[in-house]
Amino acid sequence: MEALLAIAIGVLVAAAVYLMLARNVLRFLFGLVLISNAANLTIFVSGGLVEGAPPLIPEGAYAPAGEVANALPQALVLTAIVIGFGLFAFALVLTLRAYSALGTLFSDDMRVAEPRGDNDV
Amino acid sequence: MSWILAAPLVLPFLTAVLSFLWRHSPAGRRISVAGNVALLVAAGALLAAVLDEGVVAGQMGGWAAPFGITLVADYLGAAMAMITAITALATALYAMGDIDEHKAGLGFHALFNVLIGGVTGAFLTGDLFNLYVWFEVMLISSFGLLVLGASRAQIDGGIKYVTLNLISTILFLSGVGLLYGMTGTLNMADLARVVPALEDQGLVTTVAMLFMIAFGVKAAVFPLFFWLPASYHTPAYAVSAVFAGLLTKVGVYALIRVFTMIFTEDTGYTHTILLWVAGLTMITGVLGAAAQNDMRKILSFHIVSQIGYMVLGLALYTPLAVAGAVFYVVHHIIVKANLFLIAGIAERAAGSSDLARIGGLYKSAPLLGALFLVPAFSLAGFPPLSGFWAKYVLVAAALDVQGWLVAGVALLVGALTIYSMTKIWAEAFWKAHPDGVEPKLTRIGTAQRRWLLAPVIGLAALTMLIGLFPQPFIGFAETAAQQLLDPSDYIRTVLGADALPMPADLAEEAS
Repeated sequence: MEALLAIAIGVLVAAAVYLMLARNVLRFLFGLVLISNAANLTIFVSGGLVEGAPPLIPEGAYAPAGEVANALPQALVLTAIVIGFGLFAFALVLTLRAYSALGTLFSDDMRVAEPRGDNDV
Repeated sequence: MSWILAAPLVLPFLTAVLSFLWRHSPAGRRISVAGNVALLVAAGALLAAVLDEGVVAGQMGGWAAPFGITLVADYLGAAMAMITAITALATALYAMGDIDEHKAGLGFHALFNVLIGGVTGAFLTGDLFNLYVWFEVMLISSFGLLVLGASRAQIDGGIKYVTLNLISTILFLSGVGLLYGMTGTLNMADLARVVPALEDQGLVTTVAMLFMIAFGVKAAVFPLFFWLPASYHTPAYAVSAVFAGLLTKVGVYALIRVFTMIFTEDTGYTHTILLWVAGLTMITGVLGAAAQNDMRKILSFHIVSQIGYMVLGLALYTPLAVAGAVFYVVHHIIVKANLFLIAGIAERAAGSSDLARIGGLYKSAPLLGALFLVPAFSLAGFPPLSGFWAKYVLVAAALDVQGWLVAGVALLVGALTIYSMTKIWAEAFWKAHPDGVEPKLTRIGTAQRRWLLAPVIGLAALTMLIGLFPQPFIGFAETAAQQLLDPSDYIRTVLGADALPMPADLAEEAS
């Protein structure tokens, strides 16, 4: 199961890097979604994966009986998903705003803050 | 003990909520100033406690470390919290004059205080995942501040700032995940004792590189700094100043923290890379600045080159060098924030920040000229200002380990910094205004002028103070470096007195 997820993470990262190398900011954002989910999966796998064993501790005991997955990374992933969602929403709105203000989605043409020829003193 | 640690975190968020509620009235900005005065007091109390006890730790939520939410302040953390509070107060005062009603109504003061809360949190947390969360708090509020007002240049700069910082965030998060998979803990004190005992140090170094790149983007080191000069000259001056002072330094702080306490087993590899990065960062930053012709763009590139010095201190990895890095961070935050604040006043008086279109400031506003010279010469490293001592300690540390090349680079970059600073001086202050207009400070209203000048004078005085009496500050930095290089106090304070040497069952589990 871990190997399968590791391969999935690799595929996600590869696709994400391909998308993020594009000059179109929107494609970059799609790449960002993929790679952030790859990061989330990495954390998820780091806690170990066990099928059908809820991490519950029997009454009176100090540790769960038998092999269970570590629940902490799953809590971390939840936090990371929420934060990632918020940041992505902001980035999406910013891109929309950039399209209406700058009239382009191509990062090469976004030269308002650093105009071409700026450095030819 | 936990209140003294929690107060510097709670206050900015409380201030943010209150100033958001009163964002449409003048009360909003006054709340922001009052909240930051309170933050300064809280940070002072924390610093006093740390000076008294060495390391102060507290567990939030009542769970013992390494399971609970740990807040820790050692010398470095407390000093950073203190300097954050000073910069925040200076910027809040400046914002009284700089931020108009429109931007205040959009929530400037709330975002600003959330940013300060995020920065303080990053300095005081004792847990890597919480560091990630504080980074995010800081990041989202800085996004808001950067594009507040939404001019075209701001949106343009914002796109680059947001995208590159999000990549860094994801690398950080992946590193955290992998490290947890290897160690089963994210508490920094726990990591400091578990990571060196791990068997597979090759994997540790791989993860360390993920952290180096993630924090390197935040710190704006070569070759990851491109977002900084693309965006820092676009927002309001108060925003530029607080970004320039604090944000990149959080990245430097995180680098110092993990590469002195956690990833220390393969310094021959990691710290050699850092050394190259430091040298190239200094050079590219200062050359980039030399090519610019706008006050804020010059200053932005100088942030990059100065970051190189701090990373240099970390890369040399001797007690003196790390002390130099700590001292440099503190000195630099004050100086850099002040330069941006002064540039803001100069633009208001002269009408532009483009050096070709302004001039004559020295003749009509000599006070501003004198105030500019203090941080500008300090940045370049003139004695007896704070920057001289910072550079002196670092160069001495480099010569100690026969690092002739980096010492030479550090001195050369200092000289080139003088070139940029004298360029601003000659163009903005000395030459006559090209349009024949006499720039006057009195063009700014009296009350507004006072709000703008007061923080500048305060920060300049602080620069002089550190420069004239460097000994206690350098002594402080040396103790901070000792604590970083030998984190046993830190570990015992967080995890309990019997945490070291590591219990046999844990050591066995690790290998």
